[in-house]
Amino acid sequence: MRGAKSAKWVAGAAIIALAATACGGGDGDDSSNSASKEKGKPAGYVSVDVGEPQKPLIPADTNEQLGSYVIQAVFTQLLEFDGEGNIVYTNAESVTTEDSKTWTVKLKPGWKFHDGTPVTAESYIKAWNWYANIKNNQQNAFWFEDIKGYADVHPEKGDPKSEEMSGLKAVDDTTFTIELDKPVPYFEYKLGYYTFAPLPEVFYKDTKAFGQAPVGNGPYIFEKWDHKKLIQVKANPDYQGPNKAKNKGILFKNYATVEAAYQDLISGNLDMIRQVGPKDLPKYKQDLGDRVIDEPYAAVQSLVPTFYSKTFKDIDPKVIQGLSMGIDRDTITKTVLNGTREPAKSFTPPGVAGNQQLDTDVFTFDPAKAKALVKEGGGVPDNKIWIQYNADGGHKEWVTAVCESIRNSTGVDCIPDAKPDFQTDLEARDNDQVKSMYRGGWVADYPLNVNFMRELYGTTAEANNGRFSDKEVDAAFKKGDNAPSLDESIKAYQEAEKLVLDKMPAIPLWEYKINGGYGKSVDNVAIDFRGDYVMTDVTVK
Amino acid sequence: MGRYVARRLLQMIPVFLGSTMLVFAMMYVLPGDPVRALAGEQTVDPAQIAAMKKDLGLDLPFWHQYWNYLVGLFQGDFGTEIASGRPVSETIADAFPITIRLALFAFVFTVLVGISIGVFAGLKADTLRDRGLLVLTLLLISVPSFVLGFLAQYFFAHQLGWVDPNVSAEANWGELLLPAVVLGSLSLAYVARLTRTSIAENLRADYMRTAVAKGLPRRRVIGVHLMRNSMIPVVTFLGTDLGALLGGAVVTEGIFNVQGVGRAVFGALQHREGATVVGIVTLIVIVYLVTSLLVDLLYAVLDPRIRYA
Repeated sequence: MRGAKSAKWVAGAAIIALAATACGGGDGDDSSNSASKEKGKPAGYVSVDVGEPQKPLIPADTNEQLGSYVIQAVFTQLLEFDGEGNIVYTNAESVTTEDSKTWTVKLKPGWKFHDGTPVTAESYIKAWNWYANIKNNQQNAFWFEDIKGYADVHPEKGDPKSEEMSGLKAVDDTTFTIELDKPVPYFEYKLGYYTFAPLPEVFYKDTKAFGQAPVGNGPYIFEKWDHKKLIQVKANPDYQGPNKAKNKGILFKNYATVEAAYQDLISGNLDMIRQVGPKDLPKYKQDLGDRVIDEPYAAVQSLVPTFYSKTFKDIDPKVIQGLSMGIDRDTITKTVLNGTREPAKSFTPPGVAGNQQLDTDVFTFDPAKAKALVKEGGGVPDNKIWIQYNADGGHKEWVTAVCESIRNSTGVDCIPDAKPDFQTDLEARDNDQVKSMYRGGWVADYPLNVNFMRELYGTTAEANNGRFSDKEVDAAFKKGDNAPSLDESIKAYQEAEKLVLDKMPAIPLWEYKINGGYGKSVDNVAIDFRGDYVMTDVTVK
Repeated sequence: MGRYVARRLLQMIPVFLGSTMLVFAMMYVLPGDPVRALAGEQTVDPAQIAAMKKDLGLDLPFWHQYWNYLVGLFQGDFGTEIASGRPVSETIADAFPITIRLALFAFVFTVLVGISIGVFAGLKADTLRDRGLLVLTLLLISVPSFVLGFLAQYFFAHQLGWVDPNVSAEANWGELLLPAVVLGSLSLAYVARLTRTSIAENLRADYMRTAVAKGLPRRRVIGVHLMRNSMIPVVTFLGTDLGALLGGAVVTEGIFNVQGVGRAVFGALQHREGATVVGIVTLIVIVYLVTSLLVDLLYAVLDPRIRYA
């Protein structure tokens, strides 16, 4: 009897399944008839494959690309940069200084947060103090370290001594002053980082809820966050900045793989893709025609020697220069990297102010000279180097090629040293356990050559994981920091770059490029210096 | 029977504890610090990292962390994700329904088509149609699922345009059809082969001859007498298979952009979100335990000679 009962069950399940399949078939047909109509997208909106942000949407707690896309849509800080890296004032009317130490910010009047409350000097001061406070554990707190009183709210150990940085003072509703610890001629550029965005009062009532549904002052108003699926924002009709949205809104969609996103782009279910995967790179220009984005942005990949390692301790820079000349950048970028990189010609990428042509052949492939230089410098211990990289980031192929190139041209044995993933790779760098070199990558925070010098090669710079330390270089950086004006500071850093070339704290390899594209239904797609799409400019056909 | 079930349920407790501890320990010994990794190649502030770890309880020794986790679990708290600060239960609630739908879909497909093919082939063993079906299942077994997935996507989505290549965020039934078929096709081949062999063997059994001799209609001979006895090995396989399907086929979910469990586990592993990995694996362990219990109970239904005290 029991047997008979279970048989009935099976039959029941079968009917349900058949019914479900029948419905399914119908759905499929519908969508193929209107292939360009994207499911669930309101008219006038554009969509882009920006996946799930790592952290809650708080400006100072996001430092990765996915989250920053949304932050930049919802929030507007004092200023922005245009395609050439020039300053464009957004929320600020002016930012002025006499001595590079005290800066006066005037806000444009009449700005409002999306909840209707006004954007005042206090909105900035209170937010910055909150961001910098160590108790709030914001990822980008260190961005405020130039401001006087930072050490009080963010001590190296223990609880903060104060809730406020003494350097921030409101003059009136739309004016405030920023006093720095010491003069920083390029401080204004730093203000262009989205971390300096203001916060409305509602934030302090429930920071956790705010992180899930932010209220900003930017060109877009937050609509919804369907976790791991999509984030939706709509254009802010009352926005007064120069970067007012030219579309009605954005869908930031999450995809499992770049290949999946590409397929949706091709079939009209996605408007923009940020990066075409290796599988589709060989044919994406054919598929997309003139809707291809193939442009360099301000980011450099380099090999960083670790100066504590047996290999590079007390090394003659000539050896590193020799190794640099032993790398056939042109061939590797063209073949192994499919043309997705541009060979580096200096330590800074084009697109940042102060990028210069270094009069040198250190970045040119010359096997004979490379070999001679390595020999002249005394070679490396055991005639052997390792390049550490993370195996989860698609670096294996080019690291192998670079090693091959070095081995063939200089005779130095080169071994790729794979770490399973980025976390393990970072851990080895932090703990000074890199065998001899690691793969470094740096994207500009602000479009200035300074960002590619002092943040990476200064003795006390925290991103200096090669532990490079040189008094002359430090002095040259200091000269740039103490320069009376921005132009002179840039020039001083250009001089410093020449010194860096003699000391070789790293071997720049190539500049990154964006290899993306967009669909037939959108237009005016361009990227900024960080390699991000300028979402506000995209128009719907 | 009741005592048997109770005993089996009690046995689940040590299995559950052991497996969660194993996974927890594995996540613990993995190199790479998830809190540190949040900063990437940017500047890191050691004081801040230490503070965040303290907040999350990640600075405690292993046993203490595991204890905290267990205590939380029994209060229905799966823990909190490090980066997003969201409860792990939300991630699970996002991913599981989609995978359950996909798995059930694939399962029904496997059962219906697989058993039909098996019976069809087994009734006329060693004929041309039997051989033909054997070749077909051999093909399905030997082709890796990602090849099958890409092929299906290419033909049905890009060439014929019957379906969309990707499953959208809503993941409705129609969209899940193709991935479910791809996901189910491997088990389908096994089910077909198991059924076929079992049917072919039992066809020669004494009770079959008796049933035929009694003059029962053919439908009843095959449908009840033959099928019921032939299903035992198939049910065993299906039981473990349902667990595997629910565990999420990472590859298939990846190809069709299904936002399910496979992807959630993979992402969590990449970001060293220990609590998420342990939470999802725990649920999968429970699914395995329950399905294997159901399979054992089904034996008694299918073959009355098998009885549990």
